[in-house]
Amino acid sequence: MSQYETVIGLEVHVELSTKSKIFCGCSTQFGAPPNTHTCPVCLGHPGVLPALNREAVVFAMKAALALNCEIAEYSKFDRKNYFYPDSPKAYQISQFDRPIGEHGWLEIEVNGEKKRIGITRLHLEEDAGKLNHMENGEGSLVDFNRVGVPLIEIVSEPDLRSPAEARAYLEKLKSVIQYTGVSDVKMEEGSLRCDANISLRPVGRKEFGTKTELKNLNSFRNVERALEYEVERQTDLLDEGGEVVQQTLRWLEDQNKTKVMRSKEEAHDYRYFPEPDLVELHLDEAWKAEILATIPELPDQRLHRYVTSYGLSDYDAQILVAQKEISDFFDQVVAQKADSKQAANWIISDLLGYLNTESVELAQTPLSSEGLAQMIQLIEKGTISSKIAKKVFKEMLINGGLPQQIVEEKGWVQISDESQLQAIVEQVIADHPQSVLDLQGGKDRALGFLVGQVMKATRGKANPQLVNQLIRKQVQS
Amino acid sequence: MSISKEEVQHVAKLARLTLTPEETTSFTQQLNQILDYAEALKELDTDGVKPMSHPMPEHNRMREDQVIPSIERELALANAPEQEEGMFKVPPVFKG
Repeated sequence: MSQYETVIGLEVHVELSTKSKIFCGCSTQFGAPPNTHTCPVCLGHPGVLPALNREAVVFAMKAALALNCEIAEYSKFDRKNYFYPDSPKAYQISQFDRPIGEHGWLEIEVNGEKKRIGITRLHLEEDAGKLNHMENGEGSLVDFNRVGVPLIEIVSEPDLRSPAEARAYLEKLKSVIQYTGVSDVKMEEGSLRCDANISLRPVGRKEFGTKTELKNLNSFRNVERALEYEVERQTDLLDEGGEVVQQTLRWLEDQNKTKVMRSKEEAHDYRYFPEPDLVELHLDEAWKAEILATIPELPDQRLHRYVTSYGLSDYDAQILVAQKEISDFFDQVVAQKADSKQAANWIISDLLGYLNTESVELAQTPLSSEGLAQMIQLIEKGTISSKIAKKVFKEMLINGGLPQQIVEEKGWVQISDESQLQAIVEQVIADHPQSVLDLQGGKDRALGFLVGQVMKATRGKANPQLVNQLIRKQVQS
Repeated sequence: MSISKEEVQHVAKLARLTLTPEETTSFTQQLNQILDYAEALKELDTDGVKPMSHPMPEHNRMREDQVIPSIERELALANAPEQEEGMFKVPPVFKG
């Protein structure tokens, strides 16, 4: 047990999926050729004026409400001044003392324990350009397509006590934002980015220790790994009687370590002041209510519904709600009168298993909710066995189609007709007298063997329950 | 209220300005005159007056979320001292 307590706070940036940028009409589309989505406004040419995108404000309010924030009655924008080649104006339009939202929270669960993590603030700002560092070290190449894309910055309280909690918070945050639909929250495309502040203090002490800031955490795994590394590094330092130096560190994924980017002495002094080119924002009750009404069912509410209405386990429900796409799919399957527990099982073990192994998303497969719902009904009716269903499911995942049609085309319909099975059962019994004797002698394993022989003879199409009955009847008589 | 030479030098550094010692002295003087002038405003009774960030009575001026065509890349890059692969070329910002 360590003698130190870990204190972590996260700063998360989320790109909002508006069609146009926050202060000009350039497209926000990801992946366009460099510098093809720019104009004098986002390039910071002299004399241009920003025009605020209403949708960006709406999205920020929506996210703030979903994160249980209080919405500012009066909000405003400020200039954050710094020189860096990713910012053509030499300042970023951000929010300083009047953020859109404050005092929110998010509930996380780690090792079965629930915990509420405070959200200090959520503010709206513009994204910076993208720097591409030339391999020969000759310079950096700047692409301004991203400059001016609306961002929300979500700052947590220093309530996180372990790298695992930090990861859980980040996953939950991603999920909530995804449900609101204001961002596609893809870490790999940079629409969700995370910086972490971390410090240690002796257990029982109230004052925080000196913190370091970690940057370049580009995946959930890297957030956790970088924080684990930093806990170890700071622990060693303190154990040796040393001191943690306040600095900004960059996580080097390939080397599994952090590297100093800048120390406190060079820390930024942003000289914030009110943005004179944008007027105040008044976020009144009527507007808040209007936006609140558009917030869909959030992951926690959905989880509750799955557990109470469908009797799913907490664990299964959590897996389903973690990704909105999967959870929506489950709801669609159930809405088409498929048994909810069956639907959950198929989605959790077969569907997610397939998506993980193949590294694809649900939308990239031809599987339809109708297909899964119909398949579950066919199993219930006894038209197909669950063994055949596995093949049908795979077929739907790869080639699409509906199960009824697939089983007919492939001749996979389960044989539930007694008269059709009777002859095969008799043949199998005649061929395996020893197993029959074993079964009569009470060895149930022999039954499994005989059923297996019938299944083999019918290429898996026989209804196993029926075969079971027929063999017992036959052997007893 | 007054501003020291060190503060002036700090602000100059943040603004990437190099000041001669003479400039530092004269700017410190001039800035102090401006700050003294602002100080005079403190005599006014502002009890019950809400802090104001903007002088305009306007609020909530926003546009709809509509994409309008961007400018040609050649035009965007026209003033770049150096460019490469359709991007602005700047001195290296990371070493190693």
